[in-house]
Amino acid sequence: MEQGWRWELSPVHLLRLRHHTQDDDTLSPALRLDTFKMAMHTPDSAMADGPVAELLLRRLEASDGGLDSAELAAELGMEHQAVVGAVKSLQALGEIIEAELRSTKRWELTAEGEEIAREGSHEARVFRSIPPEGLAQSELMRLPSGKVGFSKAMSNKWIRVDKSAADGPRVFRVVDSMEDEVQRRLQLVQGGQAEKLGEKERSELRKRKLLAEVTLKTYWVSKGSAFSTSISKQETELSPEMISSGSWRDRPFKPYNFLAHGVLPDSGHLHPLLKVRSQFRQIFLEMGFTEMPTYNFIESSFWNFDALFQPQQHPARDQHDTFFLRDPAEALQLPMDYVQRVKRTHSQGGYGSQGYKYTWKLDEARKNLLRTHTTSASARALYRLAQKKPFTPVKYFSIDRVFRNETLDATHLAEFHQIEGVVADHGLTLGHLMGVLREFFTKLGITQLRFKPAYNPYTEPSMEVFSYHQGLKKWVEVGNSGVFRPEMLLPMGLPENVSVIAWGLSLERPTMIKYGINNIRDLVGHKVNLQMVYDSPLCRLDAEPRPPPTQEAA
Amino acid sequence: MPTVSVKRDLLFQALGRTYTDEEFDELCFEFGLELDEITSEKEIISKEQGNVKAAGASDVVLYKIDVPANRYDLLCLEGLVRGLQVFKERIKAPVYKRVMPDGKIQKLIITEETAKIRPFAVAAVLRNIKFTKDRYDSFIELQEKLHQNICRKRALVAIGTHDLDTLSGPFTYTAKRPSDIKFKPLNKTKEYTACELMNIYKTDNHLKHYLHIIENKPLYPVIYDSNGVVLSMPPIINGDHSRITVNTRNIFIECTGTDFTKAKIVLDIIVTMFSEYCENQFTVEAAEVVFPNGKSSTFPELAYRKEMVRADLINKKVGIRETPENLAKLLTRMYLKSEVIGDGNQIEIEIPPTRADIIHACDIVEDAAIAYGYNNIQMTLPKTYTIANQFPLNKLTELLRYDMAAAGFTEVLTFALCSQEDIADKLGLDISATKAVHISNPKTAEFQVARTTLLPGLLKTIAANRKMPLPLKLFEISDIVIKDSNTDVGAKNYRHLCAVYYNKNPGFEIIHGLLDRIMQLLDVPPGEDKGGYVIKASEGPAFFPGRCAEIFARGQSVGKLGVLHPDVITKFELTMPCSSLEINIGPFL
Repeated sequence: MEQGWRWELSPVHLLRLRHHTQDDDTLSPALRLDTFKMAMHTPDSAMADGPVAELLLRRLEASDGGLDSAELAAELGMEHQAVVGAVKSLQALGEIIEAELRSTKRWELTAEGEEIAREGSHEARVFRSIPPEGLAQSELMRLPSGKVGFSKAMSNKWIRVDKSAADGPRVFRVVDSMEDEVQRRLQLVQGGQAEKLGEKERSELRKRKLLAEVTLKTYWVSKGSAFSTSISKQETELSPEMISSGSWRDRPFKPYNFLAHGVLPDSGHLHPLLKVRSQFRQIFLEMGFTEMPTYNFIESSFWNFDALFQPQQHPARDQHDTFFLRDPAEALQLPMDYVQRVKRTHSQGGYGSQGYKYTWKLDEARKNLLRTHTTSASARALYRLAQKKPFTPVKYFSIDRVFRNETLDATHLAEFHQIEGVVADHGLTLGHLMGVLREFFTKLGITQLRFKPAYNPYTEPSMEVFSYHQGLKKWVEVGNSGVFRPEMLLPMGLPENVSVIAWGLSLERPTMIKYGINNIRDLVGHKVNLQMVYDSPLCRLDAEPRPPPTQEAA
Repeated sequence: MPTVSVKRDLLFQALGRTYTDEEFDELCFEFGLELDEITSEKEIISKEQGNVKAAGASDVVLYKIDVPANRYDLLCLEGLVRGLQVFKERIKAPVYKRVMPDGKIQKLIITEETAKIRPFAVAAVLRNIKFTKDRYDSFIELQEKLHQNICRKRALVAIGTHDLDTLSGPFTYTAKRPSDIKFKPLNKTKEYTACELMNIYKTDNHLKHYLHIIENKPLYPVIYDSNGVVLSMPPIINGDHSRITVNTRNIFIECTGTDFTKAKIVLDIIVTMFSEYCENQFTVEAAEVVFPNGKSSTFPELAYRKEMVRADLINKKVGIRETPENLAKLLTRMYLKSEVIGDGNQIEIEIPPTRADIIHACDIVEDAAIAYGYNNIQMTLPKTYTIANQFPLNKLTELLRYDMAAAGFTEVLTFALCSQEDIADKLGLDISATKAVHISNPKTAEFQVARTTLLPGLLKTIAANRKMPLPLKLFEISDIVIKDSNTDVGAKNYRHLCAVYYNKNPGFEIIHGLLDRIMQLLDVPPGEDKGGYVIKASEGPAFFPGRCAEIFARGQSVGKLGVLHPDVITKFELTMPCSSLEINIGPFL
């Protein structure tokens, strides 16, 4: 292929592209940065060989028995956190030091408390601001300490208000001097003498949010069994140079933090529902079933209903249940001699049947729709099979979309996937159907089955398949099944002694159970969260205790 | 599946014993019913309208039982009890008899005007019936259940039941102009014309659903007695004059409809269920229906039909080995009186009028299997030997999906149905240019058309995931639908592969690289020579001018790739540049 054809992308342009890509790595949302950080297996802050650690070791050597991390920080004039970092990194090196965590409680001034210790309480500040001739109350209130200080000074009876003054209420001193007890107490605490205050006095100051009790975690550090003041600088990672020079043999390496997360590989992902679909395909293939073409969402009413001996007044053929087409509204071609046999069977009976005895209309059969089940495709496949002489036994399956014009809720959408299995052979029995179902469901990890008589328009006998759900502690329906009616098979031209057994279930329900999804919209459609797709595990249907559907199949 | 609600204690009284909920659930399961819910009127009202409204309601325990859609004989307490008692061999199935009256037979004369609107009618009389409140309620409820199910919401059949003692036959079933019909309907205090009634019922939550059946017809069906009293205006409402009560002793039943078979079945079901309460149990008085052509028939038909099925056929279809005698016994338990005749392998089965669902030997086989117990049948594997084959297009799809994910793209699953806007306006196309199939009865705009391209679904997925880290690399391999008059239904599916790249830069080279990779996977070499692929500058309303190319492979156009037009990006509520690729993978099979 011709190279350099993409004229619009100059080298500069390409450079910019690259730049953007890098941007994406560094500026990508917090999630990835967090992942990146979490993924750092080596401690990234405290350097075990840093100056603090070195100082600590030296002080420890000189100390008598041990030292307190907080005291050391105070002596060295550095943040306590820095000393703690050094302790932790030394601890990680083995038996060099021993550190015992101690927690002590201490009273500390709040920011406001510190201000008061420095400048006096609000009430004292108010008192001091009042000259002998008094001060207008409105003016006093504008002072920074005005509001709080005024009421406190009033209740201390240091000041009074004269409301009869000519230009509004005026505030006067009542006493000549006062003791600022609050400031004194706070200064005591500041000086580390909090114990000199009574419990009551402390709690009063705490209520005023001037004092707070804090817990301080410190380490009592003592010499370890392998104590030494000289620790060698640790390597973070193995490098090509170390390998070639062999220097790795003599170097100590920083330990990894195996609790950190790894960096997820960049990759694409398969959709969870379609992963389950793949497994169902696999199961059918393992059981020797051939895949039917289901390559037509649009179907005629004939193949969707009439061919299945579903009468034209059946409620499923209602506008409320089925999507009909406006364009193309009608099927252009139908196999007319087969259509005649279907018509006769519906309206008059035949093949041993009484029929439904109603006026069957071709127009109704021509109406196009979005197939409501893949059984329409099974009908086409069986019709094709019937045209091949002599008859050969078959096992068929399909998994594809079907459409229903029904009310939508947390478990029903207008479209979903139907799984269908079909076996056609001479002399198949209900016992065979149950046997095949047992094998099929065993492959799904569902072993406890029971069968309930049911009614389907195109199967007789019909049976619903129930499985015992350990979680819900009850039997739940996991599928529907039956033997296709002779009124469906014989007009197709299948031999009389051939039976066709079939079963179906939805793909969504077992998938929702498997992945713990309650709302179908979280699984199918454009509104799904891609993170769910990214995070979904492999689909191993038989690896779990049991993933049966919880409600009746859609 | 219809649900029948019965009072538990009444049910147990009729069954002659009590069950625990579990025992009754088990019995239902075995018989093909489902005990759906155990509740009470109070509970139902409190659930729907709150505790306050439920305060005075009854807390009698109700069983809600799901009944198979074709078993009209199980839609009321009377039928359920009869079915279960026969199943448990506690009673023998009653024989229903049609009898001629001592006096004159009741006649229903059909005039020819009904032909165009609702041509069929059948009738019968229940004599000397004795209702109680519960029986009366069940009688009304059964009619409602039949209306909702076999009667297809009264479109196929409508039932009218009348106090015969307030009427005088013969009755005439005719059709008249709405303005010429005037009567006092049920639950109203004065007379109205049919036109007025249709207006009044437009706001009636129950009746408004049936108006459409006759609304636009020039003539409405109506039944009169010989004095001109209106019995009913089917399928909408009965007259008040002949209304039945708990004290009614003689009931005239008429069923009118557009489906003669179903009208006869409905009549049979009502009279078989409630003749139990007649002085002469299980007898029904005949009524004569005179057709417009002068011929007449008597109803109800109450036909018993004999079927012959070989015992070995039943054994072979079910997969059991029971003697003919045992099979006959099993069938008799299913309300199908059977006996062994002929060579000892033939079973003669009597199909009663209550079992309209039995239309073929396979229905009899099923009943034998139910009575035998599905879960008692030995499971076996068929010896059917087959070699499995995948559908080639699906096989290719599966292979490609895995390698698309391996190429770093994430699979999405979007809807096949969407709005016209999604496939046309938002992509800068006119809807007529899409050759889309259109749905005639969508409930919302989301279901107007089948998609003609996968791109809108992928773009909508991105719009719903704008918070995810960039770049977003998505793909889908699924079907789209295009009108095609060469197929039998006039439309055809195509299997498309669509991929998008969404980032701060358009990333055309990435999408182009993906195409190269796909072609590598499909073993299609670059180059225009036979069998190769090439892309050629092209244009399309969805693409930024000059940034669109058409993909040719194996000598045909298979799709397009390019940078999406800013208008498209904006219309899908996106903010970043985006490039896309969409090809039909059919040609690579």
